Parts: sequence; C-alpha cells; structure tokens
Amino acid sequence: MDQEKKGRYGIHGGQYVPETLMNELIILEQQYEHFKKDPEFIKEFEFLLKEYAGRPSLLYYAEKMTKDLGGAKIYLKREDLNHTGAHKINNVLGQVLLAKKMGKTRVIAETGAGQHGVATATAAALLGLECEIFMGKEDTERQSLNVYRMELLGAKVHSVTSGTQTLKDAVNEAMREWTTRVDDTHYVLGSVMGPHPFPMIVRDFQSVISEEAREQILEKEGKLPSAVLACVGGGSNAIGAFYHFIPDKEVALIGCEAAGHGVHTEKNAATIANGSLGIFHGMKSYFCQNEDGQIAPVYSISAGLDYPGIGPEHANLHDTGRATYVPVTDEEAVCAFEYLARTEGIICAIESAHAVAYAQKLAPTMKKDDIMIICLSGRGDKDVAAIARYRGRKIDE
Amino acid sequence: MSRIKGAFENKKAFIGFVTGGDPTLDKSLEFILSMVEAGADLIEIGIPFSDPIAEGPVIQEANIRALAVNTDTESIFRLVTMVREKSEVPLVLLTYVNPVFKYGYERFFARCKEAGVDGIIMPDLPYEEKGELADIAEVHGIDVISLIAPTSNARIQMIAKEAKGFLYVVSSMGVTGVRQEISVNLDEILPQIRAVSDIPAAVGFGVSTPEQAERIAATADGVIVGSAIVRIIEKYGMDAAKPLYDYVKSMKDAISRA
Repeated sequence: MDQEKKGRYGIHGGQYVPETLMNELIILEQQYEHFKKDPEFIKEFEFLLKEYAGRPSLLYYAEKMTKDLGGAKIYLKREDLNHTGAHKINNVLGQVLLAKKMGKTRVIAETGAGQHGVATATAAALLGLECEIFMGKEDTERQSLNVYRMELLGAKVHSVTSGTQTLKDAVNEAMREWTTRVDDTHYVLGSVMGPHPFPMIVRDFQSVISEEAREQILEKEGKLPSAVLACVGGGSNAIGAFYHFIPDKEVALIGCEAAGHGVHTEKNAATIANGSLGIFHGMKSYFCQNEDGQIAPVYSISAGLDYPGIGPEHANLHDTGRATYVPVTDEEAVCAFEYLARTEGIICAIESAHAVAYAQKLAPTMKKDDIMIICLSGRGDKDVAAIARYRGRKIDE
Repeated sequence: MSRIKGAFENKKAFIGFVTGGDPTLDKSLEFILSMVEAGADLIEIGIPFSDPIAEGPVIQEANIRALAVNTDTESIFRLVTMVREKSEVPLVLLTYVNPVFKYGYERFFARCKEAGVDGIIMPDLPYEEKGELADIAEVHGIDVISLIAPTSNARIQMIAKEAKGFLYVVSSMGVTGVRQEISVNLDEILPQIRAVSDIPAAVGFGVSTPEQAERIAATADGVIVGSAIVRIIEKYGMDAAKPLYDYVKSMKDAISRA
C-alpha cells in the first residue's frame, strides 16, 4: 500500500513531531521493517505470545448472554485472560523485544489506567530493560494499585502534574522525555496513535486478535460473524479485533467510544461523535478540541478511554464507512459491567464494558443465525473499587 | 529586503520570545516594545497551546497563564497589529500546527500578512510534513522557519536547502528551558549549512546568560532566548518591562562583543 508507506490512512496519520525525533522515527521504521521479516525475531515473539502471554486467547461462546438477549449468537474474544490481564501485552512484548534488538537499554511509556504501564513494566522486567512510566497525577490516584504493581515490576513511575494530569498529559511528558534521551531509549507507545510508524507497528502487533478470532469462528461456526465490537480510546484493541476482518465486507465493524455523562454534555471522550479534524500527538486525525484548536479536557469513567483523540486508521475507517463508531455512556458501561458479571461470571474491564453495553442493544435486533464477536479487551479487577464508588459503596482497594 | 533578513544584516541578531497574552495582551505589547528598545532584533510571539510538547515547564506555565485569560489566535493577531503600529521589528509567530490548521491555512496566512507577521515556527511540523502548508505560506510571503536538531545529522542539508527566513538550530536534546551547558557543536553543523545555503542560523534552547550568548554568537548568526525571558515575566508579572529591558540589553551587548 503506497498510502501506508508514508504512514497515511486516507488523509490521516503522518509524522507531526519535533525535528529532534525524526531521525529516530526513521530508524524505528527501518528496524521494524527489518525485524518483522527476521525469522529469529518472529520465532522469539511467537514464543513469548504463546508461552508467556498465554495466546491464543479463547473465543468463548456466551450462551447465557445470547439466550438472554434473544438475538445474535455472541462470542467473547477473551483478551482479559492474557498475562497482565489485557490486550496491551501483545503490543508491548513486540515493541520491547524490538527495542532490545535495536540495542536500546531503556524503555519509557505513558499509561492511563495503568494497564499499558503494567504491561510495559512486565515486558521490561522479563527482557531486562530499564523502564520508566509516565502517568497523570489524577490517574496515579485513581489507580494507585497499578502504580504499586509497576513499582513491584521494577519500573519507575513519574506522576505527571502538567495540564489535565491524565492520559493526554502522560503522552506529552513521555514525548518530552523521548526528545531528551533517544539514543538508548525506545518509547513504547501504547495505542494505535502518535506519529508513523507507531500506528502501524501497534496495529500489526495487535492484529493477532482478529487473526485468531477469524480462524476460531470459522472453525466453530463455519462462517464469518455479522459484527465485531470493541471499545475505542486510541483504538488498539479495536484495530486488533477489526484488522483481519476489514476485507470481509459483510462483517460490520463497530467501535464503542466513551460518552461519559453523554455526548451532549461537556463530560465525555467521544472523539468521532464530538471531535473534529486536527493535528496532535504526531498525527492528523479526529480530536476533541475547541474552535481555536486547543485540545479539550475529556472525561470518561474509564481511564483507558479518557483520551481526546483516536488513531488515524480508525479515523479513516470512519471516513470510508468501513467501520461505525457509537457512543456509550458511563451509566450504560457500568450496567454492562454488572450484567456480564452476573450473566457470564466474567468481570471485564470498564473499557471493554463499553462494547458489551452496545452489544446488549444490538444483539436483540439481529437474527438468531447471526454471529457477533465482542473483544473483551481486559479484565475488571482494577475497576471493582471504582464501580463500587459509582454505586455509592465505599470499599478499600 | 525582508524584515527577517534585516535582523541579521551586518550584525548578530538577538531573538527574544514571549508567549502572547502572558500575563495579558497589553503587557505583551509593552514587553515586546521594551525588548525592542533594548536592542532585540527579532521577536517571537507564542500563540498559546494547550499541549506544547516541545516546551519545558517554564514556557508550559506561560501557555497556561495566557490561555487562562482567554488568549486565542485572533488576539495574537491583534497584538501583532498593535506592535506594528509602533515598530518595524521582524515578528515571527511560534505555535503548534493544530491552532494553525484549525484556523484554516489560507485564512491564517492571509491574516498573518494583513497583521504584519514575517514568519512562523511550528516545532511539530518537521520537513516531511511542511508540504501541508508551505505553498500557502509562501503565497502570502510568510517564512515557515525550519529547525535543525542535534539528531538531524544527514538531514541538515536537506532541511537547510529549503529553509526560509532563518534556520533555528536547536542547541540541545529535549525541550525548551534554561540549561547550564549548551552542547551544540556549531563547528560541525554550520559548515554543512553554509555548503548549501547562505541562510542565517540562530541557536536556541537553553540559552540564558550573556556568557553563553557571546560564545554562541562568535559562530552563529543569532541567539534565541525564550525560557529566560519568560522566567522574568513569571517573576515580575505586570512589572516585567524594566527587568526585561535590562536583561535584553545585557544579552545584546554580549552578542555585539562576539
């Protein structure tokens, strides 16, 4: 694809970064293109995915949910069962292994809820690299357990006090740190965002989700699903879940955005619903911003979806109509979180619950011989205390 | 001759930066004129941005202060117009690409020309992406200033060949902010630039003392100071005009000695 060579997805993508980083991005792209075809790299990466992360992840038939909703047959892609409890490990193992092959001795990463930070700290511990994580101060308070987890894994956690003190500011600070020290340091970007080649690299590493799911569903059902659903912040689990279904035009691809208190309120993070075209964090894409191009403070109950932009490939899938993006509120997500726990005995991440919530609406409108796959991007242990608080119960984490 | 060229004509240029609207628009006007009176040859005016990823803490805070008093893109153009009523000093805007993109490239550069802006620096618009707006800026006679970083290496000549106005040579890795040591190796970089272009090269990032300025100006065509000026504004607030005058004068004197 010519478009992709320049890091473009339709009009989106690109490399809008300070000159200080350009050389490093060019080297990263060259090294990635080299190693992704290197049999030794492929072998090591596949070994880590299988023996360490626990892949392939299960494609589980949610029979009770299916019967209860009375429409499409629902399957859950169980990324929550991966080591460290989310899809984040797929990308992180790939990038940290790549960093090591490139001769880097140190990795840095941003994190929102802490899942990507924990995954990066895990991979760095395993592969023997120094690790520093940037996390918004507000998030370090909301997710103090994950801060301690990262520290246990040997990472240094920087509490970011600039701006809104959340994920966006953690990305800013990680980028600033990278411009200060690129020689020995790789920036493990956690989502399909940022400057090229990150959206491509992260998507490639996450595409294992749809590669497996497509094979698994054909084996179990002998046909493709009618719909694939995933939650979208930056969009890494969603692009992973969509990617190998993109050529299958009959498969509807649905991304579920965080609508917070509602898309018509000031407190949401629904980029496709409310955002406009812009250039930020190295990429052209859609962003929540004001008319002067100032990036808006966004909100979601889910720290992992609390980001004012969306990856450039998603922006293009939206433009071309190949994927559809729908808003899901905090309340809907919390209800879905509780519903999945009671119905299937699965406590999923509040991020993933956004996709479950939309599935609850969509499945009953579909035929009984239709199949739906929901990407369950992570497990919900990290969210239990926050959900209890949302319901007015105070419990210690 | 363009105003920017004039800043480097037969002299070493002192380039001072303020964030427009920090602490107010009227004060920015007063501070700029005070710096010009003290001998500043070119002024950079920052259009505040919510997420200035190339800035260190000092200028980040200035952005926050300016946004807190509702400084928007339009108010920066008003500031430029006010400066132009009093001075012909070359004016270069510094901002991130998103506020320019949202304003609309055509509308933005037409407005630059109308107000009397001479150039623009966008730290997140590298060589590979400048095609985004270079033609439109050129039509309106606005120089899009290119940056060269310590990591540019093989990219230096590619960038210098197409550079407009002056070249902004980033002295150090990382973000803006006062530094004890300036690590840039001008003896290595300048000949590479000179081989392909006669464009003036000014050094910025980290420069704060007259000693540093004098040393840099011995080889470079100009010295850019941002954070040290913004720190004075942070410290003296509304009363910063006089301390700014004294500071810029000491820097300009040092550069002239070089």
